[in-house]
Amino acid sequence: MSINLDEFYQTFFDEADELLNDMEQHLLQIDPDHPDEEQLHAIFRAAHSIKGGAGTFGLTILQETTHLFENLLDQARHHERNLDAATIDIFLETKDMLSDQLNAYRQKTEPDQQAYERICAVLRALAEEHSGEAARATAEGQVPGSQDNAGSAGAAAGSAPEGLAITVTGVDSDTAASLLEELSLFGTLSDQQHEDSTLSVHLVTETGEEDIHAVLCFVVDSDQIHFGSANREAVGSVPRTIVVSGVDADTAAKLGEELALFGSLSHQQHAKDELQVSIETETGDDDLRAVLCFIVDDDQIRIEHGVSPPVTPSTAPEPVAEGSETSAVDGQTAQKHDANSTLASNRDAAQGAATPAEHSSATRTTGDASASRADKSNASGEAASLRVSIEKIDQIINLVGELVITQSMLEQSSAEFDPVTHGSLLSGMAQLQRNARDLQESVMSIRMVPMDVVFNRFPRLVRDLAGKLGKKVELVTEGKATELDKGLIERIVDPMTHLVRNSLDHGIETPEKRRAAGKSETGTLKLSASHQGGNILIEISDDGGGLSRDRILKKAYSSGLAVSDAMSDDEVWQLIFAPGFSTSEEVTDLSGRGVGMDVVKRNISQMGGHVDIQSAQGQGTTIRIVLPLTLAILDGMSVRVGEEVYILPLGAIQESMQVTDDNLSSVTGSERVLYFRGDYLPLVELWRVFDIPNAKQEVKQGIVMVVQSEGRQFALLVDQLIGQHQVVVKSLETNYKRVPGISAATIMGDGSVALILDVPALSRATVKREAPQDSRRHEAAGLH
Amino acid sequence: MEAAAADHHKIEGEGHEFLVFRLGEEEYGIDILSVQEIRGYEGVTRIANAPSFIKGVTNLRGVIVPIVDLRLKFNIGNADFTAQTVVIVLNIGKRVVGVVVDGVSDVLSLTTDQIKPAPEFGATLSTQYLRGLGSLEDRMLILVDIEGLMTSEEMALIDEAT
Repeated sequence: MSINLDEFYQTFFDEADELLNDMEQHLLQIDPDHPDEEQLHAIFRAAHSIKGGAGTFGLTILQETTHLFENLLDQARHHERNLDAATIDIFLETKDMLSDQLNAYRQKTEPDQQAYERICAVLRALAEEHSGEAARATAEGQVPGSQDNAGSAGAAAGSAPEGLAITVTGVDSDTAASLLEELSLFGTLSDQQHEDSTLSVHLVTETGEEDIHAVLCFVVDSDQIHFGSANREAVGSVPRTIVVSGVDADTAAKLGEELALFGSLSHQQHAKDELQVSIETETGDDDLRAVLCFIVDDDQIRIEHGVSPPVTPSTAPEPVAEGSETSAVDGQTAQKHDANSTLASNRDAAQGAATPAEHSSATRTTGDASASRADKSNASGEAASLRVSIEKIDQIINLVGELVITQSMLEQSSAEFDPVTHGSLLSGMAQLQRNARDLQESVMSIRMVPMDVVFNRFPRLVRDLAGKLGKKVELVTEGKATELDKGLIERIVDPMTHLVRNSLDHGIETPEKRRAAGKSETGTLKLSASHQGGNILIEISDDGGGLSRDRILKKAYSSGLAVSDAMSDDEVWQLIFAPGFSTSEEVTDLSGRGVGMDVVKRNISQMGGHVDIQSAQGQGTTIRIVLPLTLAILDGMSVRVGEEVYILPLGAIQESMQVTDDNLSSVTGSERVLYFRGDYLPLVELWRVFDIPNAKQEVKQGIVMVVQSEGRQFALLVDQLIGQHQVVVKSLETNYKRVPGISAATIMGDGSVALILDVPALSRATVKREAPQDSRRHEAAGLH
Repeated sequence: MEAAAADHHKIEGEGHEFLVFRLGEEEYGIDILSVQEIRGYEGVTRIANAPSFIKGVTNLRGVIVPIVDLRLKFNIGNADFTAQTVVIVLNIGKRVVGVVVDGVSDVLSLTTDQIKPAPEFGATLSTQYLRGLGSLEDRMLILVDIEGLMTSEEMALIDEAT
């Protein structure tokens, strides 16, 4: 009898990872002086969920750490603890520790005991340090009501000793007794009633609703428990006062009519453009609001509970916090039930949090913070996304690729039919083509992931690095929503991390230097992503010192690279991509060892992209990465050589033409170069590289394509251009191996296989052949 | 032609089932469990600078599969393509490889005592990849360890690194 728990573990690990990431985002965004309530709650909830999961799976160390962490967070969200930068640092450190522990558990090992003890000690110390001030802090906690209504309402409801009405249905007197016993542990009970197997009680406690709920769940089922007002689940009819501001008499009358449909109106008053209606109804706040929204705007409506005393046996409404529009008990319910209004206030809050504050490490994240917050709120709603394994998606993509191929095979065969007699077949084919293309497009979009995922890693990195380097850096991100294939997303992270480190280490100067240069002390590092045709453009720009042309040239000269003073700036900048190149005067633990830029460039080339640099001394550096949107589909040109068909990536093609012998000159006897617009381009003859029989060997008979890759141009001789296709890229390596000069394969409309040319490899082949020591070797060998 | 491997179960007496195919005049046998399907020979796309016995790659329901001509590999016969020429699609490890042979004759079950050790001979097919010689009445089957052969370095079907 063995149940495979691995799957559950996996789910827990995945979720915990996500929660930790969320937590980090919130910790970074939070402004210690004016913490956003929603964020504090979100952080707490994340810790709480992890603790719960860890407990379930018996991951003791993780559970213990989160427990201590959670206590601190709980105090923070209840304003019993003032946040400061140091505390946030500790929180971030704790988050890292949790990640480590989680990874250890994932590897089926026990987390580092010493690290665990250390972090626990830190957390305990932090807890004790503040326990003395708790009383004062609690009093202070009431103050910051100025922020935004929804937030502070949620906080007030959760923090100060608060009357909480609890109703439990379907319990006998024994259970009721044990429930009361449990509840009495939390605080003072009053107004206990047990009638018709329904227990209602009023509890004054500091404990959050969630915790009480969790405890009660040991005794009864979750759906038997009801808290506070009927906001979660309407329990019986609830008296409410609805106030609608800014309405004239007509509208007021209309509103009254609408409301009368829901229940009995006890009191209706219209004065000073404000309508006040008392209504007793079973309908929930949301529904009422939704109906009224047809007539007036959401922000004109205010729904209040509690025209009656705090506790009545059957209804048990919640004492209302300062006439706020939401009567939800905690942040979570506020968010779910009142999505509209919280969204708006979240945005305000997020902006509030993003206003300049003297952060000790002087790093803050701005950019589209508000937008991402808004997304978050949406995401916390249910079923916004679905977790599906990549394999399943890839399988769908493969199958759809097949479908498209089959479709084009059918299309080719049906083209021979007489349109008059087979009209319906042909129109059916046309429709099939459209549908197949649409299907392919939507399936491909499943793999697309917003750049957000990448950008989100950097606030933390920048914060830590800037702190370490004693620099002030502001990170700005743009175009977070730009989408990129998941496969590429994963591979872009490392190169980008490298570039960001470089910018921080070498690019942005220290505050003193910046001041001396007449710049603001805080440097700006900007990450942006945007679509450009079929490509994505990622820019990493800083307003630092820029690259030094002289230094690069000097260094290049001393390391034996072929350089001259006449080189253009662009050529000089490209030198930093040479292996082992570094101009940094000292090697730091961050960068400067010279490994990196060449790796960056190689990684990006492997993804089919390229990098270039713009830099102005004293003004900063911009590194631009251009990548294809996806690796799964390629726009290509099919070319014929002999009897074989090859696909050339469209992005690499610059021009194609027929040339005469006049444009060709031979070099060292066998090699030839093409004179093209003032440049001599090496000529690569595809028939020779691939040893293709029956090809047109004379240059003037064939077509010469000028192609570019990795910033290098060369001319490629083929027999004939066939046409442009969008092809599904299939790996050759699945069942075979890597073939020099070929990047992948694809299936053509007729079901045959065509090979996709690896342009960078072909260009490297020419480079090798140009090098003197290789000149005598056979071309094909140069491809290795 | 789909999956001659209909009966995967072992026959009593430690018997192994072998798919028997012809290369020229010789009869070879491979473990039926490595066989995915048998199909006709269709046009392949040549791969530049590959050994001659690698005919190229073909499209097997959307999967790119390399095709090896065993006749060329073993230097047997004249490697013509006739109506009988078929491709045995093998499933080896996680890879799919097609093998061109002169024809498939039958599926035979051999008991261990019917399999004789192979004597040492030339370099074309190293005994390393021979499971032995199967004797069945007057027929002799050359039993090939197809999995070992196909993953071997000399077949050059996979990158050395992998």
